[in-house]
Amino acid sequence: MYYKSRKYRLFYICNFAFLLVASIACVLPLIHILAVSFSAKEPANAQAVGLWPIGFNTDAYKQTFSNPNFLESIVVSIERVLLGTIIGMAVTILTAYPLSKMNARFRGRTMYTWFFVFTMLFNGGLIPTYMVIQKMHLMNSIWALVLPGAVSAWNMVLLLNFFKTVPRELEEAALIDGANHIKTLWYIYLPISMPSLATLSLFTMVAHWNSWFDGMIYLTDAQKWPLSTLLQTIVVTEDFSKINMRPEDVKLISNETVKASQIFIGAIPILLVYPFLQKYFVKGMVLGAVKE
Amino acid sequence: MLVPGIVLAVVFLYLPMLGLVIAFQDFKPWLGFVHSPWVGLDHFRLMLSREDSVQVIRNTFAIACLKIVFGLLVPFVFALLLNELRHMFFKRLVQTLVYLPHFMSWVILGGILINLLGNSGPVNQLLSSLFGIEPVPFLADGDWFRFTVVVSDIWKEFGFGTILFLAALTAVNPSLYEAAEMDGAGRWQQTLNVTIPAVTPIVIVLGTLSLGSILNAGFDQIFNLYNALVYDKGDIIDTFAYRVGLLQTQFSFGAAVGMFKALISFVLIVVAYRMAFKFANYRIF
Repeated sequence: MYYKSRKYRLFYICNFAFLLVASIACVLPLIHILAVSFSAKEPANAQAVGLWPIGFNTDAYKQTFSNPNFLESIVVSIERVLLGTIIGMAVTILTAYPLSKMNARFRGRTMYTWFFVFTMLFNGGLIPTYMVIQKMHLMNSIWALVLPGAVSAWNMVLLLNFFKTVPRELEEAALIDGANHIKTLWYIYLPISMPSLATLSLFTMVAHWNSWFDGMIYLTDAQKWPLSTLLQTIVVTEDFSKINMRPEDVKLISNETVKASQIFIGAIPILLVYPFLQKYFVKGMVLGAVKE
Repeated sequence: MLVPGIVLAVVFLYLPMLGLVIAFQDFKPWLGFVHSPWVGLDHFRLMLSREDSVQVIRNTFAIACLKIVFGLLVPFVFALLLNELRHMFFKRLVQTLVYLPHFMSWVILGGILINLLGNSGPVNQLLSSLFGIEPVPFLADGDWFRFTVVVSDIWKEFGFGTILFLAALTAVNPSLYEAAEMDGAGRWQQTLNVTIPAVTPIVIVLGTLSLGSILNAGFDQIFNLYNALVYDKGDIIDTFAYRVGLLQTQFSFGAAVGMFKALISFVLIVVAYRMAFKFANYRIF
């Protein structure tokens, strides 16, 4: 038995230690930023804070939450995530269901599938897309953030492949009992596909919460920005020209601790949903991607 | 049922493809698509003769290739190591922690990294107290910038990349290991002769498929990390198209740059899928 040998035991211990270090390295930056956000101003601005707050206080959070811009952007973000996930998932489900049928049952299936898959292979790119949004008069509207990404061929293909694994006998039984396609989809397909749906919803939610670039180019009015876009401007580029703020306010938010608190608040929703959905996404990912 | 999907796809995905005609025009917004003068391939010629755009294409290739190679290698090795663990709780813990960065946006991570990697940031402080070296210009020097981009991308994504490899590893037939054991193979021998051959197909599939993303060097990441100091080595096609096309409103030139990328990617993706189908019988649907 190899794992009783001395050499293997030594390897096991080293491996254990290495994996521990590697996984801690994945969360260290987050811990650092958390420590900075709870520190006093002076050590934070002097970059003296490591992984533990120096001069613990919660002023940064108080300041962040007293900034109306910040609160409004959180509302916009939540609105965006809800709208985007509901619409995106609805479109994905409605498209994946018919396309998961066999060719004999749904003529032209392959053609329709390619119609969607082609969008994975080729796209108009940034500038033509921008011009279409502009021509549709979606500028400065939340729909510019929600609708363009609603059709995700990738998600559709994953779900389609999952739907294909649903036993055909179940569907036939339902049809014999008089269920139409809508009922079959609702009472048979969706409950069975929970792991896959949970995974895709999680990915869609995270994508909407995290995306910032479309907000920056489509929403010229900074009042309507989602949180990620606001954070990008305040924390990363430190460009305050677009946001209406008094100079003294700018001074307040460019403080390292306030920036850190904002970064951390931006990460909180992810930290909250992620552990619960994690067990689903491993399953959902693998089922969709690796086939027998 | 297909109607909503088709309508949205036509409007937001197919219309922009038609919009690519402006790459062949000298597009003026007040003249519109119909009346703007046609210039043929001028913008493409300009792109291939402008020094900055050629440099940008080179940067894109270099950064994307490095990311692809290490982005396959690191998760693969990590999955092999993780697979050795027999403490299930610890294994779960490691997995939970390493998946996390994948879900953080580059805005958040950019904010953190800029803070961490600055000249007087914690990383440089640590380096100088350990080795007494000068501050490393992680984000202020072209070559270091590339290094930082690749390493931080690997750091963010390697955990997530292990998922597929782990799945492939658990699918290996245990009796193969038993047989190898009977033949007197140690763990290292077993890994070489059983595990690695068993997982090679999925490595090949992922490797070929990543060919299609060879011009995707990571807009979000670069955009959030770079600054004017590192444009020479760090600017990529996507960021360039944005800066020139939208910010300097050279719509047509920007569209041409975007189209160049889309076309090459298209060809590569098609080739990659064909290869994946041929060698590993991989199909997308």
